[in-house]
Amino acid sequence: MEFLQNLAANLSEQFVATFITEQRYMLFVNGLKTTLIITLSAALLGIVLGFCIAYVRTTYDRTGKMGFLNVLCKVYLSVIRGTPTMIQLLIMYFIIFGSVKIDKVPVAILAFGINSGAYVAEIFRSGIMSIPVGQMEAARSLGLNYTQATWKIILPQAVKNVLPALGNEMIVLLKETSISGYIALQDLTKAGDIIRSRTYSPYFPLLSVALIYLVIVMLMERLLTMMEVRLAQSDR
Amino acid sequence: MTDKILEVRGLFKTYGGEKKRGLKGLTPKLDVLKGIDIDIYRGDVVCLIGPSGCGKSTFLRCLNRLEVPTGGTIKFEGEVVDEAHIDKLRQKMGMVFQHFNLFPHMTVKENLCMAPVLLGLKSRPEAEKRADELLERVGLSDKANVYPASLSGGQQQRIAIARALAMDPDVILFDEPTSALDPEMVGEVLELMRELAHTGITMLVVTHEMGFAREVSNRVIFIDEGQIQEDEPPQELFAHPKNPRLQAFLSKML
Repeated sequence: MEFLQNLAANLSEQFVATFITEQRYMLFVNGLKTTLIITLSAALLGIVLGFCIAYVRTTYDRTGKMGFLNVLCKVYLSVIRGTPTMIQLLIMYFIIFGSVKIDKVPVAILAFGINSGAYVAEIFRSGIMSIPVGQMEAARSLGLNYTQATWKIILPQAVKNVLPALGNEMIVLLKETSISGYIALQDLTKAGDIIRSRTYSPYFPLLSVALIYLVIVMLMERLLTMMEVRLAQSDR
Repeated sequence: MTDKILEVRGLFKTYGGEKKRGLKGLTPKLDVLKGIDIDIYRGDVVCLIGPSGCGKSTFLRCLNRLEVPTGGTIKFEGEVVDEAHIDKLRQKMGMVFQHFNLFPHMTVKENLCMAPVLLGLKSRPEAEKRADELLERVGLSDKANVYPASLSGGQQQRIAIARALAMDPDVILFDEPTSALDPEMVGEVLELMRELAHTGITMLVVTHEMGFAREVSNRVIFIDEGQIQEDEPPQELFAHPKNPRLQAFLSKML
């Protein structure tokens, strides 16, 4: 009985130390805000970038046009996928923006967005290639040109096919932003770490951070399921 | 019947012979079409028959440039079929595929309306009115708002024919329209094509349905080894096959 009382007292003490003292919950709130801003903006940038690259690459494969852009895209894919995200983030901050005074959040958005774009590009490309050739032929046989057929017939079907993989990438991206602390950005992970260093007790701060990530990911999964259900209405 | 709608001269198609990455030398060459000359007149219902791999589908697909010919010229309604004019010409040259190729993310009606509206040939209300007429004609009015995945093969092919008709084409190319269907569904599609033939539209049909060729077409063309071997009215061709290859082919089919 005494043990349980001790534990309860201990837990409440830790809770207070982690969240209440010095208004530390604000660290979590601000950290979460930063994490979400970086993730959402980088995701948007990554999707736009990835989409353009996938478009160039498949157009080159199918029509032989845009050869020069295709080469550029391939170089980009190799470089981005071939180096660690953290190194890219550090290069972006210390080298590319090393000599200018700039807010760190946009730097992180750029680094993560450009990184994610490479993976999203391949996801979109696999989606486009998964659509049977007959669809393009049928669209072209009706008199649609390549661009019209791609936008009206191929892409809507491709997007539906890539949704699970794209959701995967978004989840990975969210968690990958936890390395933002390396350029001294106070994201969610960094917030937990700061509190850990102040309370000298790792359990509560770190488990809280983990729980917050988990909840966000579960929300994302919910959202994805809803989108998939919506897009599945044309299935049998 | 003297209005020439399609003129094909010296049509060649060779596959392969290209340089591909990761491959030493050129890819192996295959001559599929070796010099085809033919004229098709308005109102013709032409059936193309021949053994598998003889090039009849390739020939059909060259007509609307889904396959790019290696040599020769094709003229459609007096205009050369080339890359520059192809989208315009295809609007008047419908195609029906073996595997239907309906757009699965659109309702049946949207399948019919999409191209005429997108290409600015019809306003949306006009296109929808025409779609309703066509669905009525192919006997699938009740399926206007369902998605293709819920239809049988025969129904899908009838919709595909309606989709081609929605463009008001002058010619329809049929690429083995019944080959992917269950036997019980072949009849409904052939029946529709028969009705279509009686409306006077020009049709080119690659088929293995000899009964259909005999009854509906006014010309049957036998292709073998990439060349036209026979071009006769069906009564003549089926009753008195002259070419020994055609004799052998027919003896296997009938």
